[in-house]
Amino acid sequence: MSIGQAFLGLLESQPRHGYDLKRAYDERFGQGRPLHYGQVYATLSRLLKNGLVEVDSVEPGDGPERKRYAITAAGVTDVERWLGQPEKPDLHLQNTLYMKVVLALLTGRGAADILDSQRSEHLRLMRELTRRKTDGDLADQLICDYGLFHLEADLRWLELTAARLDDLAGKVRR
Amino acid sequence: MNDRGVPLLVGRDLHKSYGPTAALDGASIHVRAGEIVAVMGPSGSGKSTLLHCAAGIVPPDSGRISYDGRELNAMSDVERSALRRREFGFVFQFGQLVPELTCLENVALPLRLDGVKRREAERRAAGWLDRLEVADIAHQRPGEVSGGQGQRVAVARALVNRPRVLFADEPTGALDSLNGERVMRLLTQAARESDTAVVLVTHETRVAAYSDREVVVRDGRTRDAELVA
Ligand SMILES: Nc1ncnc2c1ncn2[C@@H]1O[C@H](COP(=O)(O)OP(=O)(O)OP(=O)(O)O)[C@@H](O)[C@H]1O
Ligand SMILES: [Mg+2]
Repeated sequence: MSIGQAFLGLLESQPRHGYDLKRAYDERFGQGRPLHYGQVYATLSRLLKNGLVEVDSVEPGDGPERKRYAITAAGVTDVERWLGQPEKPDLHLQNTLYMKVVLALLTGRGAADILDSQRSEHLRLMRELTRRKTDGDLADQLICDYGLFHLEADLRWLELTAARLDDLAGKVRR
Repeated sequence: MNDRGVPLLVGRDLHKSYGPTAALDGASIHVRAGEIVAVMGPSGSGKSTLLHCAAGIVPPDSGRISYDGRELNAMSDVERSALRRREFGFVFQFGQLVPELTCLENVALPLRLDGVKRREAERRAAGWLDRLEVADIAHQRPGEVSGGQGQRVAVARALVNRPRVLFADEPTGALDSLNGERVMRLLTQAARESDTAVVLVTHETRVAAYSDREVVVRDGRTRDAELVA
């Protein structure tokens, strides 16, 4: 899972304390399995070390939750690269694709570009499966069709989502 | 002759409006000889309009279309329709076979229009029906065959005069998955064997997966990559 990239996207939309970041993540992407604080701070310290986020203010008191984090220019570049790069098609992509679409909208980028680059990546694999199916025996056909239908489902969901873009943009940007 | 690298058909920066609706707003497409290009995009994005313009059926308001080095805009209507009849083939979603003719006569029709004698035209038509695995319905009329069989007859008719470009607009749109697969397998196989290029409009990715390359239309526009030299 791309917790690091999700944090960066959430921080690009606004600077947040560690606690707020965890809450925003859990609400949008947690699917009933909230992050542990350990994961949150381990991820943040990795992002700090790599110069992708910085501490933008510290409130008096102790404990890590006093710090407010902001994304750096290098962090924005990292989000940009991640969103622009299609995922390797597989049958369990839903979470990552969903995360990309939400973060693209949250940071004011369109979902249409994600759809287009993902479609071309999916089509690459789908063409290969189609070729294998055309040349193969019945077993090949059945197996390739299974993959083709599932890959098509990813894209149909992405297409529907891109079509609902405006609608969704209003709701995610809160 | 065209080698593989040089596009056979090029539509460049096409614009087309119907009243206030801009169906095409700067769309481009290029197709190389023997290449299968899928045209994809949301409903109403301008896919069919792009196909109609590229095939010289509908004149664009602006933009240029060239086929094998010749400008379509510069041709007379007579020259353009001769080009369509000799060099292009067409398959649509439905309703393209002549109901009064048998399937065999339907497939032979383009040859007959081109002056080929009846026996010869029907002999060649029968060969195409066989290739598309519908030889058994040769003497039935379109109203007496299934949608999938009818589409295979339509593909045979579109390919019978060995066009260099086949334009297909949602050729599997009215078929179930099994028949859609069958039509696509036979269509692409026949096109590849006769080195016919295909412009395939479809919104189904599984259908587009039979192509070599895809062009995405969105709000009447395509990506700059379609604007080749
Ligand atoms: N003959 C026409 N008269 C008026 N408007 C038209 C005509 N043909 C197309 N349009 C309009 O132009 C736009 C593009 O239409 P087009 O048929 O090219 O879309 P499409 O991508 O093929 O859609 P679909 O996937 O639904 O077939 C639409 O808004 C449509 O209403
Ligand atoms: Mg259409």
